[in-house]
Amino acid sequence: MGNKKIKRRNFLKAAGFASLAGAWAAATAGFLSGQRVKAQAVKPTPNSLVAGRWALVIDTRICAEHPECRDCIEACHKWHNVPRFPDKQHEIKWIWKTHFHNAFPYQSHEYDNEDVKKREVIVLCNHCEHPPCVRVCPTQATFKREDGIVMMDMHRCIGCRFCMGACPYGARSFNWLDPRPYIKEPNMAYPTRMKGVVEKCIFCFDKLHEGKLPVCVRACKYGALTFGDLADPHSKVNELLRKHFNIRRKVNLGTGPSVFYII
Amino acid sequence: MFEKALVGSKKYYALVFFLASLFLIGLICFIYQMKVGLGITGMSRDVSWGFYIAQFTYLVGIAASGVMVVLPYYLHNYKEYARLVIFGEFMAIAAVIMCILFILVDIGQTHRVMNVALHPTPNSVMFYDMIVLCGYLMLNIICGWTALSAMYKGTKYPKWVKPFIYLSIPWAFSIHTVTAFLYAGMPDRHLWLTAVMAPRFLASAFCSGPALLLILLYIVKTFTKFDPGEKAIKALAKTITYALIANLFLFGCELFTAFYSGIPAHQHSLIYLFAGLEGHNKLVPWMWTAYACMVIAAILLVIPQVRNNLQLLPFLCLLVVIGTWIDKGMGLVIGGFIPNPLHEITEYMPTLPEVMISVGIWALGFLIVTVLYKMVISVMESRRLI
Repeated sequence: MGNKKIKRRNFLKAAGFASLAGAWAAATAGFLSGQRVKAQAVKPTPNSLVAGRWALVIDTRICAEHPECRDCIEACHKWHNVPRFPDKQHEIKWIWKTHFHNAFPYQSHEYDNEDVKKREVIVLCNHCEHPPCVRVCPTQATFKREDGIVMMDMHRCIGCRFCMGACPYGARSFNWLDPRPYIKEPNMAYPTRMKGVVEKCIFCFDKLHEGKLPVCVRACKYGALTFGDLADPHSKVNELLRKHFNIRRKVNLGTGPSVFYII
Repeated sequence: MFEKALVGSKKYYALVFFLASLFLIGLICFIYQMKVGLGITGMSRDVSWGFYIAQFTYLVGIAASGVMVVLPYYLHNYKEYARLVIFGEFMAIAAVIMCILFILVDIGQTHRVMNVALHPTPNSVMFYDMIVLCGYLMLNIICGWTALSAMYKGTKYPKWVKPFIYLSIPWAFSIHTVTAFLYAGMPDRHLWLTAVMAPRFLASAFCSGPALLLILLYIVKTFTKFDPGEKAIKALAKTITYALIANLFLFGCELFTAFYSGIPAHQHSLIYLFAGLEGHNKLVPWMWTAYACMVIAAILLVIPQVRNNLQLLPFLCLLVVIGTWIDKGMGLVIGGFIPNPLHEITEYMPTLPEVMISVGIWALGFLIVTVLYKMVISVMESRRLI
């Protein structure tokens, strides 16, 4: 019988493990049964704009006629509460203007015509068909919707910035500091972000839901931006793409951007 | 057994106190970072990973390198390593803990880190990185701790540990392979987008890790009666030599592909690192130092008379550690972000709080190594093994 007796040491060991297991089980049970805010899918209303695959066509020729114009950028950043940091290191941007050779590094060369060399183009998230950011995100905080919009869940994002490394278009920004003090006139209709999360253009999914076109598209008074359904052969975007020579950024990478540039 | 870590000489207490204070300084800086945000670091929109992730990457290699003593001992029954194995495993434990901490200080929303487990995402390499790192930590705790308990009790390690030991061998390779895949799968980051990224990681790990282990063992030897043994040291030096040459060879392969193909995008980061690009050259002196260290160490280590000179060897190991640390802990991660996807150049240098947080984590790692090694030495002494 002697060796069957529970030794003090072993008893303590077992008791320790049992309490650990108990604590874990209690925590898990509490987590499973407790009240949690559950994310819900956005259901389109009769007014909502819907598409098989949303796409944006930018006529850079029109933009070139108005080199000083920043309307789309300003409207977007104002609506979405994008902060303006004095220090470039902490910069956040969803849509901005850059040189042709920066936007298309593998397509520009020293014999480009003078007009294209000088041309500034608008760049933003490309809402790729095969988004590398979505592939690498460890929490599905960034994900692709059925209509092609690459979304950000800023409440789930852990701020690992893997997506920033993976995005070949430099479309993503990180909140290095609390952005709120750097928003001049906060727009109460759109949420602000907190420090430590990544953000980017989300193709104004909220506006589409309300039945309106994206903010940048509506802000352009020259009609340089056309937003529409790429899956619909009769859409305005497809009509433009059929008619005009257009390019996309870094197609060699196989990402399949949904932003097109008419040159 | 832990009681062995609580009693020691004045020097031991002084070391523990020193490392703990460094850790506390780091902790204070980290609290500051938690309050203000990652904006206190040198990172930016363009260089979105910096010193922390670079340290993480380097330390995964250090952790993996434990296998360089485990493998010869358990698979080839190389008896000279019998007393070294536990030191290798305990160094791996400290290294993995440092890795986890470097991830924790790098992410923007620290308290949300469990989202990685709550929303498992098999298409993300980071998901696998979490699994392999936590698994490797557990394996080394199991193997190291049972080995130490067995020594404490004067018995052989229990049979049930064997499968864990065998599992830890491929697992060690996996942790650094997965870490390499974090980088090697990103489109248009040409410094990283290479099939030899994982082999290169392993090669640099298997020279830097054993080199650091040898330095630690030399320190242990200086202050205690423990002697790793001449044969074991010489064997480990051979491992370092081969791995270092493999590391340099693989880097040469990168150079060939980039410059013989003549594709500019493949060359930009390398040119930035070694010559500077468009007047930006902050990392140039670092990179030349790194490769000078590694090349000099490789040449000297190849010469048997030099390699087998036990007085000289720790200094050669130091060259290897410095060289690989700059190469992987600075150049590789930061260089991959320069130029950015729009071919603009934003440079990066860590800030003081960023460095202090890193020093704090390194101090904690050395503290863990100190305490664990102290226990091993005390158990060995009490068992009259040394």
